[in-house]
Amino acid sequence: MSRSPISRRSFLTASAGLAGATALSSLPLAARAAGKLTVGFIYVGARDDYGYNQSHAEGAAAVKKIPGVKVVEQEKVPETVAVTKTMESMINFDGATLLFPTSFGYFDPFILQLAPKYKDVRFEHCGGLWTPKDPRNVGSYFGYIDMAVYLNGICAGHATKTKKIGFVAAKPIPQVLENINCFLLGARAVDPSITCQVIFTGDWSMPVKEAEATNSLCDAGCDVITAHVDGPKVVMQTAAGRGAFICGYHANQSALAPDKYLTGAEWNWGKVYTDFVETTLKGGTIDNFVRGGLKEGFVKMSPLGPANSDAARKQFEAVKVEIMKGDYVVFKGPMKDNKGKEIIPAGKAYPETDVALESMNYLVEGVIGSTS
Amino acid sequence: MNTSDIGLWGVPLAILGGAVRVSTPFLYVSLGEVLTERSGRINLGLEGTLVFGAMAAYAVAFHSGSAWAGVAAAALCGAGFGLLHGLICSLPRVNDIAIGIALMLLGTGLAFFYGTPYVQPVAPHLPAIPFGNWSNVPQVQAALRVNVLFIAGIALALLMAWALRATRIGLMLRVVGDSTDAARAMGLRPNRIRALATAAGGAFAGVGGAYLSLFYPGSWSEGISSGQGLMAVALVIFARWSPINCFWAALLFGGAGALGPALQSVGITQGYYLFYAAPYVLTLGVLIATSSPTQATAGAPGELSITK
Amino acid sequence: MADQAVVMAPRARGRDWRAPLARRAEGIVIPIGASAVGLAFFGLILLAMGKSPVEFYQLVFKAGFGTAFSWQNTLSRATPLLFAGLCVALPARLGLVVIGGEGAICLGGTAAAALGVALGHAPSVIGLPLMAAAGALAGAVWIGAVGALRHWRGVNETISSLLMAYIGIALMNQLVEGPLRDPASLNKPSTAPLPPALRVGDIPGMDVHWGLIVALVACVLCWVLMERTTIGFAARIAGDNVRAAQVQGLPVGRLILGFTALGGAFAGIAGFFEVTAVQGAANASLAAGYGYTGILIAFLARQNPLAVIPVALLLAGFEASSGLVQRHMDLPDATILVLKAVVFVVILVSDTLYGRFRIFTPSRWSQP
Repeated sequence: MSRSPISRRSFLTASAGLAGATALSSLPLAARAAGKLTVGFIYVGARDDYGYNQSHAEGAAAVKKIPGVKVVEQEKVPETVAVTKTMESMINFDGATLLFPTSFGYFDPFILQLAPKYKDVRFEHCGGLWTPKDPRNVGSYFGYIDMAVYLNGICAGHATKTKKIGFVAAKPIPQVLENINCFLLGARAVDPSITCQVIFTGDWSMPVKEAEATNSLCDAGCDVITAHVDGPKVVMQTAAGRGAFICGYHANQSALAPDKYLTGAEWNWGKVYTDFVETTLKGGTIDNFVRGGLKEGFVKMSPLGPANSDAARKQFEAVKVEIMKGDYVVFKGPMKDNKGKEIIPAGKAYPETDVALESMNYLVEGVIGSTS
Repeated sequence: MNTSDIGLWGVPLAILGGAVRVSTPFLYVSLGEVLTERSGRINLGLEGTLVFGAMAAYAVAFHSGSAWAGVAAAALCGAGFGLLHGLICSLPRVNDIAIGIALMLLGTGLAFFYGTPYVQPVAPHLPAIPFGNWSNVPQVQAALRVNVLFIAGIALALLMAWALRATRIGLMLRVVGDSTDAARAMGLRPNRIRALATAAGGAFAGVGGAYLSLFYPGSWSEGISSGQGLMAVALVIFARWSPINCFWAALLFGGAGALGPALQSVGITQGYYLFYAAPYVLTLGVLIATSSPTQATAGAPGELSITK
Repeated sequence: MADQAVVMAPRARGRDWRAPLARRAEGIVIPIGASAVGLAFFGLILLAMGKSPVEFYQLVFKAGFGTAFSWQNTLSRATPLLFAGLCVALPARLGLVVIGGEGAICLGGTAAAALGVALGHAPSVIGLPLMAAAGALAGAVWIGAVGALRHWRGVNETISSLLMAYIGIALMNQLVEGPLRDPASLNKPSTAPLPPALRVGDIPGMDVHWGLIVALVACVLCWVLMERTTIGFAARIAGDNVRAAQVQGLPVGRLILGFTALGGAFAGIAGFFEVTAVQGAANASLAAGYGYTGILIAFLARQNPLAVIPVALLLAGFEASSGLVQRHMDLPDATILVLKAVVFVVILVSDTLYGRFRIFTPSRWSQP
């Protein structure tokens, strides 16, 4: 049984009468004195969802291999008071001093409110936008996965015969809109006449709706399909079953339909988390605002599937080399949204690292869909 | 892929296809619940049975390589949950609604507990009959790929309607459901009949779960049901305890559910949350239109606590 | 509900001073005994899996109730559950099974947030009561409509409340992602954040917001309403037998409307507190499943508003303990789901024991 050292916060003062119950946790602290670091991971869904949460859990598994590090994990924590209490519980009962709450909705208000109370604890949040007015012991990190989706789009652009590609999306939020736009822009780098149909399911995990959405896309003539939902397995299977090509997301889904799988945009959290933890072990501080793309190894591509043509492989590799140099520009003017309004004037360009992209609220020309 | 642009025709086609694809779990769960409620009990726990059935079917199909073995396992597990409900509710003063809710928790809890290793692997699917091969439009072909369980469900609805009306077993069930005292006077044993009816109802719900994980959407995950079992139980009241009406209710519900994605795919993209609510709004509308205060409980079994 | 009548029977027969005590004790001893049996039974399951039940229950106790932090964890999870339990328990005393509290919570929260944003810089003393009223009103309209449909159109309340819940959640999502969306709420579409003056704070010295006190008071007041007033008495008569109530000239329609609306108002207030004390804005996290948990709570509490309190606390404590169990015993989150289910099934089965023990049944004391 693992003994859990109590943190320095003396929350025990009020519980003298319950001493019997706390005997279990009454070992002296000194977790950090022994050079041992306890790292907590919190997931919003099941950690084996073959998608978003699993990609983080695999990152946590990589951290477990680092000597001197203890990892504690908790799954299915909703974005309510439950996450505050989970973080506190990890701090109080397990002595965690580095936390990775991995769902976007954990950031504001929950992490931002709790961080000032536990100044010795580092809160590293995935996807948020840390600004200098936020607590110093909070950091946010994310990956430029939209560039990987852009590469998906290039493969899709070569594979489509109907010149229509499809996207099953959860909600019209910036991270999703960015991916939809990049998917189409990648395809349009092959053929500017391609359009992308998007269907929003309204939630992150709705297998029946995702299957229905995929069928609707196939009915509308889309012949390459990708998705941004928590677990894309159903979309991939349904689309491949209808004869469409698929591009993966979050993780490598090629095993579901190897002959239909073009490529996929995958997270590579193992590297990111290992870096963060090693920095902490050495006594260093993680930057408050961390971003990285293909170049930094935050994201990676699934190996190209057999269905890709030679032309597709060539363009894919060429663009990938450019992206690996860093600061690749997909969003540059003149660019219009799908309502005909100019969103980026001529001469203006947003490289992948531009923070402005993280508040995207439009779908580019050629995307059939609406942001609300 | 042979594709043709069918434009706005996609919407009615999607509704048809959606009705066929999505309705089956609703059909099985509501048929199962008709059986249970006709005997005078209500089992609100079929949501849990559905989810556990989906998991068990997927796991057994994955290990055995046979989708039908999965369906059988789901039916068996469902019968087990049903029997548990039936036996517990045979005890005096035990509330069947509350037990149902607790068993819903048990079914989903156990399914999640044992289901984690099966999220990623791929299990064999149930076969479908391609009724649409006369057409050369791929969308029509896809919409008319009908699963065997759907056809079996229709047959089951017809069989149940006939059996309830014209067989001895059907009569026994109805008598037990309408009046415990009358049933006792006829020498029937109400608790035993109700337990068996609940077990059979559970088995149907298990099969509904097997359809979810082994055909459409055809994968096991914790979000697989999103409340379909609970909704199907409610549809029984909507269908006024008639198996044939259950079929129509399930079709209506499935078809209306396809409206949201279909409208987005033809470019009607604003307000999709409201389109997704279409099945609920439609059902409520029909319910209000067809109800009347004087015959609120028309068709309801007399012993049913929920319509008392 | 027949057993309720046994527990709360008029004192006519009990000349012995111990008689009322014995009847009350039955309603306490049986559920506690049943919980113990349920916990022991789940312990056996754990043993069969090769896990230590002793360690498990130590962890559950420690994380749910063992320390001051654990209590605050449990209490802050309990607040929405108390309101949600009342939303089901009140109509249930009239014999109505309302299972759609989730929609009322979502719309109550949305209404409160929308009003809060519109009020802008209003002072707390004016703004918060108005927002609470808006939340309560939205919930009351939503569940009250279910009662109205039941009485005047004969629409079954179970199905209509479930349908209304789904419609309510869709409406909230549409509003939060459409007209009410704050453009700055990037990846979590929400209404504009409420100004600090329109936020509800914590109870001094605790990490638990004021909603807990309001919820507890509401439970007590509802108990008084049900057990100590004419209206409550009339409602119980109507719940036992509608026709008898009508024959007696009781206003069944108004009772149905009143109790469903009151239940809905509590759900709406749960939404108000989620928005003002927890989230700071309305968003999809309002649909966290509290409304559905409320059904279980109300039925375990046998529709008694006072009993809602211990049941909600037990449930919240179990939920609070899930994390420690996951982290220390390498068991999945679903373990606590199964634990809850097993314990609750046993408690519900114990309903059959009422009236079986002579010690709790004064009328049988004199029998040989």
